[in-house]
Amino acid sequence: MEKKTIVTGVIGADVHAVGNKIIAYALEKEGFNIVNLGVMVSQEEYIAAALETNADVILVSSLYGHGEIDCQGLREKCDEAGLKGIPLLAGGNLVVGKQDFAEVEKRFMDMGFTKAYPPGTTIETTIADLKEILGLS
Amino acid sequence: MNILTVDFGSTYTKLTAINATDAVILGTASAFTTIDTDIMHGFHAALHLLEERIGAFRYDRLLCCSSAGGGLKMVALGLVPELTAQAARLAASSAGAKVIRTYSFEISRMEQEEIYAIDPDIILLCGGTDGGNKEVIIANARRLCEIDRDFTVIVAGNKSASHEIEAIFEAAGKDYVLTKNVMPTFNKLDIEPARQSIRDVFIRKIIDAKGLSGVQALASADVIPTPLAVMAACELLSKGTRKTPGIGDFMAVDLGGATTDIYSMSDGKPSMSNVLEKGLPEPFSKRTVEGDLGMRYSLPSLMEVSDLEAMERESGISRSAIEDWVKRCIAKPETIADSREEQLIDALLAHRAVEVAVERHCGFLESSYTPLGEIFTLTGKDLSELSYIIGIGGAIINSCHPPNILKGSLYNPRKPYLLKPKQPAFLFDRRYVFASMGLLGSIDPELALHFMKEEII
Repeated sequence: MEKKTIVTGVIGADVHAVGNKIIAYALEKEGFNIVNLGVMVSQEEYIAAALETNADVILVSSLYGHGEIDCQGLREKCDEAGLKGIPLLAGGNLVVGKQDFAEVEKRFMDMGFTKAYPPGTTIETTIADLKEILGLS
Repeated sequence: MNILTVDFGSTYTKLTAINATDAVILGTASAFTTIDTDIMHGFHAALHLLEERIGAFRYDRLLCCSSAGGGLKMVALGLVPELTAQAARLAASSAGAKVIRTYSFEISRMEQEEIYAIDPDIILLCGGTDGGNKEVIIANARRLCEIDRDFTVIVAGNKSASHEIEAIFEAAGKDYVLTKNVMPTFNKLDIEPARQSIRDVFIRKIIDAKGLSGVQALASADVIPTPLAVMAACELLSKGTRKTPGIGDFMAVDLGGATTDIYSMSDGKPSMSNVLEKGLPEPFSKRTVEGDLGMRYSLPSLMEVSDLEAMERESGISRSAIEDWVKRCIAKPETIADSREEQLIDALLAHRAVEVAVERHCGFLESSYTPLGEIFTLTGKDLSELSYIIGIGGAIINSCHPPNILKGSLYNPRKPYLLKPKQPAFLFDRRYVFASMGLLGSIDPELALHFMKEEII
C-alpha cells in the first residue's frame, strides 16, 4: 500500500529542534512518509508543503507556549488553499501556565483541529491516532 | 590549432580568434547580427573585420553560441509559487533561457492567453513532489494543449503523473519531453536533468527555428544558448580545473540591451551565526535573468523602477534631459551615447538596472523574536562576503566609467537586510571573451581558464 504522507514541524518563532527530530524519526520508523519542515515554520509553509506533496496529515508541534496563538487560522487557510478536511494535529506545550487541558483541547477543536495533545503525551498515542484517522488500523 | 568562437547576440555577432597552440587570443571583432536575412552575412562581415586586423585566419574548429532572435524564450509552470514554480524558474534560468513568466497552480484562461501572446520556444511543466500532487500538473498539461502555439513542453514534475501526461500530449500531438522531477522530494532540488533536456531541445529544434541551421552545419560542436556558455565560463573560472585552481566565489553581472543577467558562484551560506536558512536550497552556480531590466529594449520597464528625481539630484542632469534621452533610445534601440551627458545618463540607468537585478538575485534576512532572543532567517544566498564582481557585456565595458555601474551591486546600508557583496574587488571582461571562453572550455578547459585569468585579473 502507498505510504501516507505527514507534514510536520515546529510552528511560529519556536526553535526547539530536538523533539521535532525525535517525532520525525519515530513516525518514519512507523512507515509514514515524513516531510519535516524543521523549526520556525509559518502556517503558509505547512500549507505549501502539504499541497506539493499531497499530504494526508499536518502535525504541528509547539513547545514555547505560544502554540495556541500560532495555530489560529490554520484551518481556514487550509480550506482556502484547497486542503479541505485535511486532519490537523497539534501537540507539545501548547499554552502558557498550568491550564486545564480539557479547556485547551476544546479551544483547539473550535479552531478546527482534529486532535490536540497535552504535555507528556507519548508518541505511541499519536501513532495510534494517526492510524485510526488514516484508516490504517 | 586555431579556434574561432562566435557569439550570435541579439544585436552583435562577436568573433574571437584563438591560437591554441601558442595560447594566445589573436583578436576579436564584431558586426551587426543579420537574423532577418541570413545570419551568415553578419558572420562574414565580422570575419572580414577580424582578418583586416590580424591577417588571414584559417580555423580548425568553429564553436558557436547564440542568443539571436530573442534568445531562448521560456515559460515555467509549477504548483506552489515558492516551491516547484520557483524550482522550475531556477532550472530554466540556469539552462540559459530567458524565462518570461512563471505560473503556479492551475493556469487560468487569461494566463493561457498570456502564454499564447508570449509565444515561448519551450515550456517547462513542473508540479508536485514524486508521489505528491498530480491533479495540478495533469490539468496544466491539458490546458497547455489548448494553446495553439508551436512550443515544446518539457515535463519535469511528479513522476507518478507521467502516464496521464504522456497520454494527454500524445493525443493532442504536442511536442514534449519527459524528464526527472525538479523537486523529487520536498525541498530537494534536482535541476540538472531538466537543464539537460532544455539544452537538447534547443539543439534539436530551436536552432533551426531561429535560422541557425546554416551555422550548425559549419560548427564543430553543438550551438548552445549564450548564457549557458557564460555560465560554463563562470563555473570554470570559479572552480578551476583538476590541475589549476579557480578564483573561488564571485558574482558576474551581464548588462545587455534587453536583459540583465546575474551569475553567482558561491554556496551562499550565512556569513554570521544565529541565522536559520529558509526556502529552497540554493545551487552553487546560480543565474537569474531580469527581462524587464535592460539598456534599450527594456528601458520602459527599467524607468518604472527608477526614481528620476533622485537621478536628477545625484547627477545634476535635468529630468527632462533624461526623459528625452530615454525616449530616443526606446524609439531607436541602436542609439549610441555620444556626448558626455548622454554617456552619463546611460551610466545612471545602467547603475539602476544592476542595482535592482542584484537585489533580486541575492538573499535577504528577516528577524524574528523568540524566547531565546532575536533570530534571523535567511532566504536565498548570502553574498555579502564575495571577493569579486565581474562586469560583462557592452553596456558596462563601453561605459565612460564601468566601476560606477558595478557599484549598483554593492551592499546598501539603507537596506541592511539585502545581502549584497560588501567589499568586493571589481573586475572587467574588457574584450568580452566570457561566452567565448565558455565555448573553448568545452574542448580545452585549461586554456580557457588561463585566458580568463589573464584577461580579467
